[in-house]
Amino acid sequence: MPIPSPARRAACRLLQGLALPPLFLLLSGCNLVVMQPSGDVALQQRNLVLASTGLMLLIIVPVIALTLFFAWRYRASNETAPYDPDWNHSTQLEVVIWTAPLLIIIALGALTWISTHTLDPFRPLGRIDATRPVPADAKPLVVEVVALDWKWLFVYPEYGIATVNELAAPVDRPITFKITASSVMNAFYVPALAGMIYAMPGMETKLHAVINKEGVYDGLASHYSGSGFSRMTFKFHGMKPDGFDAWVAKAKDKGADLNRESYLELEKPSEAVAPRFYKSVADDLYTAILNMCAMPGRMCMSEMMHIDATGGAGKESHGNRERLQYDNRRIEQGDEPNGATAPAAGRAPRSEGAPNQEGSPENKKAPPTSSDDLQRHHH
Amino acid sequence: MLSDPDLQKLIFGRFSLEDIPFHEPILQVTFAGVAVVGLAVLGVITYYRFWGPLWRDWVTSVDHKKIGIMYIILAFVMLLRGFADALLMRAQQSIAFGANDGFLPPHHYDQIFSAHGVIMIFFVAMPFVTGMMNYVVPLQIGARDVAFPFLNNFSFWMTVSGAITIMISLFVGEFSRATWLAYPPLSGADMSPGVGVDYYIWGLQIAGIGTTLSGINLIATIVKMRAPGMSMMKLPIFVWTSLCTNVLITAAFPILTAVLTLLSLDRYIGTHFFTNDLGGNPMMYFNLIWIWGHPEVYILVLPAFGIFSEVTATFSGKRLFGYVSMVYATVVITILSYLVWLHHFFTMGSGASVNSFFGITTMIISIPTGAKIFNWLFTMYRGRIRFDVPMLWTLSFMVTFTIGGMTGVLLAVPPADFVLHNSLFLIAHFHNVIIGGVLFGMFAGVNYWFPKAFGFKLDEFWGKVSFWFWTVGFYVAFMPLYVLGLMGVTRRSQHFDDPSLQVWFVIAAFGAVLIAVGIAAMIMQFTVSIRNREKLRDLTGDPWGGRTLEWSTSSPPPDYNFAFQPRVHDLDAWDDMKRRGYERPLDGFQPIHMPRNTGTGAVIAALSVAFSFAMIWYMWWLAALTFVAMIAAAIIHTFNYNRDFDIPADTVVRTENERTSMLAVRA
Repeated sequence: MPIPSPARRAACRLLQGLALPPLFLLLSGCNLVVMQPSGDVALQQRNLVLASTGLMLLIIVPVIALTLFFAWRYRASNETAPYDPDWNHSTQLEVVIWTAPLLIIIALGALTWISTHTLDPFRPLGRIDATRPVPADAKPLVVEVVALDWKWLFVYPEYGIATVNELAAPVDRPITFKITASSVMNAFYVPALAGMIYAMPGMETKLHAVINKEGVYDGLASHYSGSGFSRMTFKFHGMKPDGFDAWVAKAKDKGADLNRESYLELEKPSEAVAPRFYKSVADDLYTAILNMCAMPGRMCMSEMMHIDATGGAGKESHGNRERLQYDNRRIEQGDEPNGATAPAAGRAPRSEGAPNQEGSPENKKAPPTSSDDLQRHHH
Repeated sequence: MLSDPDLQKLIFGRFSLEDIPFHEPILQVTFAGVAVVGLAVLGVITYYRFWGPLWRDWVTSVDHKKIGIMYIILAFVMLLRGFADALLMRAQQSIAFGANDGFLPPHHYDQIFSAHGVIMIFFVAMPFVTGMMNYVVPLQIGARDVAFPFLNNFSFWMTVSGAITIMISLFVGEFSRATWLAYPPLSGADMSPGVGVDYYIWGLQIAGIGTTLSGINLIATIVKMRAPGMSMMKLPIFVWTSLCTNVLITAAFPILTAVLTLLSLDRYIGTHFFTNDLGGNPMMYFNLIWIWGHPEVYILVLPAFGIFSEVTATFSGKRLFGYVSMVYATVVITILSYLVWLHHFFTMGSGASVNSFFGITTMIISIPTGAKIFNWLFTMYRGRIRFDVPMLWTLSFMVTFTIGGMTGVLLAVPPADFVLHNSLFLIAHFHNVIIGGVLFGMFAGVNYWFPKAFGFKLDEFWGKVSFWFWTVGFYVAFMPLYVLGLMGVTRRSQHFDDPSLQVWFVIAAFGAVLIAVGIAAMIMQFTVSIRNREKLRDLTGDPWGGRTLEWSTSSPPPDYNFAFQPRVHDLDAWDDMKRRGYERPLDGFQPIHMPRNTGTGAVIAALSVAFSFAMIWYMWWLAALTFVAMIAAAIIHTFNYNRDFDIPADTVVRTENERTSMLAVRA
């Protein structure tokens, strides 16, 4: 956990001021990571949250105060307050009522337009932090991110390594994440680093970010994806350049090879997977994953799009049908699909424990429970 | 079941006895509870020989007042179910840390959060809103019923059928695990095989038919059936908000129907609209479902705004401030609600210009909404505010909703949304506006119009107890979620690694318990009020000093609502009549032409439950049979010419004389 910074203490103090006294103790130990991030993008997003909130409080606070004040002042038992049952219109007041929120929204709208463009996740970074622009010769660290069921695969093409459920980057070096998913949608989120973005099968989203402080930060899946979703977390290490080099060397030293076969094994559903390293990655693997054709016999999206772009395959296209089916591999391989329910889940409805392994052949579609992949975090 | 597997499949589809969860303790207890309560209800009905009246006066009734009451009863019953889900989730999340897995495995927990969302929106909030509009709109516009009384009865029973379909999934098979909006590809046939998503689809499709038809019905009612003299700019504000809501329903629900139809085609016949396969694209589903989903939010909240307007004016003893700007604000919200849907998925990777467009349109909605809040504020200004229970709910709403609105606008700033999307901050935000806006509005409405519907007020003490527990419970339950969201905690998590989060979840769970006390106090309020009804009796028909036409007739109103159709000269017609010394006519009564009750709606709706059950379990013969039977019942109904009758003049005279003597007792 990063050392408490002045900003973090300030945010805590602010919350303490707002909270009831019994909450003091609670908040003194709080780690509001969204309010005290360690990466410049997340920091700018934090500043935007604070600025927008401040702008809105200009009108929210008077409204709440007036509500309570009017309710008290014009209570029926208060005979001294004026009573004017026929007063129901005032042009001046109406103008104020509509203009005041309008002005705030104009300000907020301008802020939104500018910040949405500058903080567009697809846009390469312009600065490392508030004082330092990105040097002209800086080469961003490219990380290819794949949301699997239910772990994260990170590929580092520059270094030829890959990791599962552990991410690292050198401090102050811009990072370009290319993000996709293998089966269902997900979202890639490291709160201390930058906002989230969806990971979608067959599609690539991008996220540009930079980490400014050394530390170990939480990363998570933030879009529900099935059984293992809650345990699909990882640690993100912000490291000094030499520390990062050592980390890469460790991966090269200890890791296995990530080729099509080991990827297909990895791709099968598993939960709470411990970090894992790969010393080499097959060249075209990420492209194949992105195009949903890592499995043998499947047609790549790029090939399909090429056929479509050249006018389609006509009657021949029927032959491609089988090759364009991607979603059925869980059922075919005998793994439980992400959202299976009775009777297809092969478990007694809402059963507590592991899926029922006995009974009809249908019931044998169960996720691997004894594989090495399954290492639960026990604290 | 049967020894021949093919025959079994032919008859029972994919259903077998193993799909009934005999072994699940939580469900055994639930089932026992449902069975005991159900048997008790059946026993009471039988003991008091209520079956006949129940069928004649309620199930087959086309009276908008009875249908409105039944909608609200449905909403309260389903609230108990949806809230039970909420308690389970709060309990799980407050214990499942580190090595502790809690008591709900993901397989079960996922179904609970999916069911909670579906039930709370479709079968609590929607019936509340529709019921309130059904009861109040015709009375406020001086009409004797809605435009299409049979359709109204049919709509209600279709909504019930949808709710029953969802409830069946509790005891037969399982419910969807794919969240309340069933995003593909997760909800597709390959990723979510089994009956869960099918229960979701058919439950919503059936209820959706009811909702759409009810929307059309109420638009026709408001446009065509207003009392003479009630021009559009003399409509009570609740009727205006209802009109806009029903326009939204009629324009938005067909989109939901269409997108769910596409999803069911994907699941049933192997099309590929939203799959990864064969060039399908799940992003289309996100767009379509939210083009329905965002207007849905305003469908729920606009009638609540209408209720708050009525309550604020009545209990401040003043005409509503800025009626005209209130109307325009409502209309502007209605139109803008169609231009904001993409703010639900800024994180899907749209370009910066698209994201900012939808962010800014979202913020613009806060301008008319803000104007509304100011209008309520200045209605209170120089008023004589009485703090009866409906007004308490309104005040609590004004404070709570303002906070929820602020966090909503914050989420409309795309880069801010990137750090808060899908987090518990988002959960806190929408509960902040849906509980603080919609639900508080409905509770205000129930307390406000209950004496109109039943002729006696609700008990004030228990009303206040429930108010305080709900309000305080809401803050205790949801403020910690804002904090957790800022700690980067995501929604729908069944387990957490970081033990330092636990204390916040425990506080939130305590808040949920406070809300549970609030709900219990509500049940107490109804019980005590029914017991003390003679003491709480309202003979005047106008217990609050009301301003609109529903208060001009007796409580409860006669079947025909008004013996003579009122003439309207001013906004707040009843207030105007009172000021000008309105004399209630005592003779000259005529027979009144009324629609006749019919059981067709209930029959078709019952068939639709069987149909959807058959579709869910692949019992094709039963699906075909019930589908044909539904069509046949509808056709046969068109040959039913015995649809109307006249209430004889002497019955009207007798009813009106009773009212005269009631008013005399008071004098």
